[in-house]
Amino acid sequence: MAEQVKKDNQDNIVIRFSGDSGDGMQLAGTLFANISAMSGNDISTFPDFPSEIRAPQGTLSGVSGYQVHIGPKVYTPGDKTDVLIAMNPAALKINVKNLKNSSVVVIDTDSFTKKDLEKALFSTSNPFEELGIGNISVIEAPIGSMVKESLTNSGLEGKDVLRCKNMFALGLSCWLFDRPLNLAESLIRTKFAKKPIVAEANIKVLHDGYNFGANTHASVPTYHIATSTKEKGFYTDVDGNTATAYGLIAAAEKAGMELFLGSYPITPATDILQELAKHKALGVKTMQMEDEIAGICSAIGASFAGSLAATNTSGPGLALKSEAIGLAVMAELPIVIIDVQRGGPSTGLPTKSEQTDLMQALYGRNGESPVAVVAAKSPTDCFDAAFWASKIAVEHMTPVILLTDGYIANGSGAFKIPELENYPSIQPHYIKKDQQNWKPYTRNEETKVRYWATPGTEGFQHRIGGLEKDYTTSIISTDPANHQLMVETRQEKINAIANFIPIIDIQGDANADVLIVGWGGTYGHLLSAVNEMNENGKKTAFAHFSFISPLPKNTEEILRKYKKIIVCEQNLGQFAGYLRMKIHGLPIYQYNEVTGQPFLVSELVKYFTKIMEE
Amino acid sequence: MSELTYKPFQASDYKSAQAVRWCPGCGDHFLLNSLHKAMANIGIPPHQIAVISGIGCSSRLPYYMNTYGFHTIHGRGAAIASGLKVANPKLSVWQITGDGDCLAIGGNHFIHSIRRNMDLNIVLVNNQVYGLTKGQYSPTSNRGYVCKSAPYGTVEDPFRPAELTFGARGTFFARTVDVDSPVAVEVLTAAAKHKGASVVEVLENCIIFNDGTHSAVSKKEGRAKNAIVLQHGKPMIFGENNEKGLILDGMNLKVVNLGENGVTEKDILIHDETTIDFTLHLKLATMPFPEFPIALGVIRSVKAPTYDEEITVQIKDVQAKNPTRSLKDYLMKGEIWEVK
Repeated sequence: MAEQVKKDNQDNIVIRFSGDSGDGMQLAGTLFANISAMSGNDISTFPDFPSEIRAPQGTLSGVSGYQVHIGPKVYTPGDKTDVLIAMNPAALKINVKNLKNSSVVVIDTDSFTKKDLEKALFSTSNPFEELGIGNISVIEAPIGSMVKESLTNSGLEGKDVLRCKNMFALGLSCWLFDRPLNLAESLIRTKFAKKPIVAEANIKVLHDGYNFGANTHASVPTYHIATSTKEKGFYTDVDGNTATAYGLIAAAEKAGMELFLGSYPITPATDILQELAKHKALGVKTMQMEDEIAGICSAIGASFAGSLAATNTSGPGLALKSEAIGLAVMAELPIVIIDVQRGGPSTGLPTKSEQTDLMQALYGRNGESPVAVVAAKSPTDCFDAAFWASKIAVEHMTPVILLTDGYIANGSGAFKIPELENYPSIQPHYIKKDQQNWKPYTRNEETKVRYWATPGTEGFQHRIGGLEKDYTTSIISTDPANHQLMVETRQEKINAIANFIPIIDIQGDANADVLIVGWGGTYGHLLSAVNEMNENGKKTAFAHFSFISPLPKNTEEILRKYKKIIVCEQNLGQFAGYLRMKIHGLPIYQYNEVTGQPFLVSELVKYFTKIMEE
Repeated sequence: MSELTYKPFQASDYKSAQAVRWCPGCGDHFLLNSLHKAMANIGIPPHQIAVISGIGCSSRLPYYMNTYGFHTIHGRGAAIASGLKVANPKLSVWQITGDGDCLAIGGNHFIHSIRRNMDLNIVLVNNQVYGLTKGQYSPTSNRGYVCKSAPYGTVEDPFRPAELTFGARGTFFARTVDVDSPVAVEVLTAAAKHKGASVVEVLENCIIFNDGTHSAVSKKEGRAKNAIVLQHGKPMIFGENNEKGLILDGMNLKVVNLGENGVTEKDILIHDETTIDFTLHLKLATMPFPEFPIALGVIRSVKAPTYDEEITVQIKDVQAKNPTRSLKDYLMKGEIWEVK
């Protein structure tokens, strides 16, 4: 076996598995990410797939990719790739713009025939020349034929044999990155536990890929990635949707409540329903309803019953749920509404990511209809965000909209298995047993939160509903002064939540003149860009908002300190506009990008530098 | 509900202190009284009952009940009641809804809650008009109905609630009129006792916008010949002197006079509310008036698994096999690695 050439000082590496949507690239990518995390790296992943389930084979529209960023400190899935696995010419063409100089490209030569090139709209027989890429190392592997050869007499036939091609790519990647194969083997055995023949075939091909690298390509640099300095403890790999589901379960456990999810399938939020539907052993109840409206309405019913109730959706579904959210505002019932934002408006870009639902979450209802709005900043942070959203809902008797997005929902990271005893308590605002003169809208006068009596409790029968109620008697009222008072009270209740949530802290260089402001799923990219600025001597401060309504108490105090504030978001300036409305006269600049793709750190750094030097 | 022991209650125990504000003469007053009586009949304590409504005149009803109540949004009562029932299956859950609330804006939730056989008591108040918005036609208004939103008459056919119920695989359907207290109390009681989605259609008068719409059966004079009150196991006989009956003539129902052409009581159909096949139930529920009488009483009541019970059983079954009870235990059993 040829000796491997170790590439020195290799901190972070980005590898992208790319092929037809049926080539198993998502699986190869996920396994590679897990192996890397188990080997001690930080990981961040970005699955990028078409909305068609199976687009025509070999075409540009059918390319599915899975990007993995590994290293000692990783906050994003990375801008550009060091290593590209291209299972066909279309995958090469789609990804060429994101290749770094001197990157390594692995191609399956069996899928680079004249016909394949034509399908990907190449007009010559040399795709590399045609794309104008010269300074790269290409590993040419006849993956298809080698896999066929290797799996003769394996018990698999025809298409099932070629389905193992992704494991060849994974094996080759393990060689490139010096990953032990035993981790991959055990993951494959778990994945195909019910099909041992498939498992063994995949493992055989995995070894073939590894050996192919070792035997034939000693001249290509391999990578040794430094391990991360993570907190001690047990870790698992989660994507954002799974972490959101876990956060809800954890909150219910902490609060001693039953968890209920009313839902309707919608990309990219469906995984939350599917995850929670698994957890009957933990007592979780899920209902797949007839439409988005029934999804939230069943949750409102469950909330009335006394459950920790949630519904999950994406932008179009949030629009359908808005009247029901208004009912929960009026009835002052707790509910967590998870909006996994996607490209819009209308059907938009279902599998791509944006932050364009902020205004809809804050104001997209009739009447003065304030709710709490919380945003998750990374795949693993979805856990904390869902926990906090639940806590706010049941302690303050209000709907809470939790904004995540398609990027963090499908992206994954290493998740430290949480110790719930270290999390804040959750105390639903129940009636007190000896409570006298209770009416449904009797409030704690400080927090303005009403006391919650649930059906089945003797002596507390009551009626609530969407009609305005009298502040004191809780019966239907159209009195003008009372309505004014109730409108203000519902807003004050939301404002008062600021006293119970963490204040905002500054990252980067707090003494800088320029403050970068972000919210939600752009955290990793913004932090990476801010770190790069400071490493290059360009002093930059950074404030990232997880709590949007209400804003943390110290928001104005922090923002007033800086000469230039750059609000970065994947919309045309919704958070920037919100800040301007809440706090007057701020020196706000905007970085807005609505491409459906994550920010590029390099572009952010370029823009920050430009504003700084203006 | 069987595991609870009940003390006797009076109808007044279910009345709230709120002043009732429907129009004088509205059928809703009658329905409210019947509901109070039916609940006392059944004997479920007021705190174990939740009454859910949507929007419309009849949807004000929960405010007048001394139970738990939730006046929600237009059309969505069934979905909210479903979530409530699944979250707490011990509650007796009632949905009060009108023909617009239930069959227009709420049609989707209506058919799906029936399909799931959710254990709800759905009281469908059918006055064939929109009252609260002041007189537009509804999905149950007859073709040609003249009103503010159809000054030249409607050009569409109405839904018949029983057809939708059976089409959605409904397990219980009953019908009553807004003046006939004994039948109303009887069917509401039967609806509450039935496990699954029970639909009770209440033929109701709107004294302001659709007065007399059900006059054939709502007035005492004429009701005996215009309506037939179906009772399980009893022959289908009606008429002022019980002189008429229903028989099957080929595939169709036929009205016959007892004693004429040799027809005796033995020839008359016996009502069986429990047949799985709903063909005859559908025929009875949709008999065209005036050739046939309008059927009242419990038309269909068959046993089937309910959603709320099934989901409870499923959780118990999974828990019997899987001892994991906390998130941490679950995660520690998964694919994990340790950072030391």
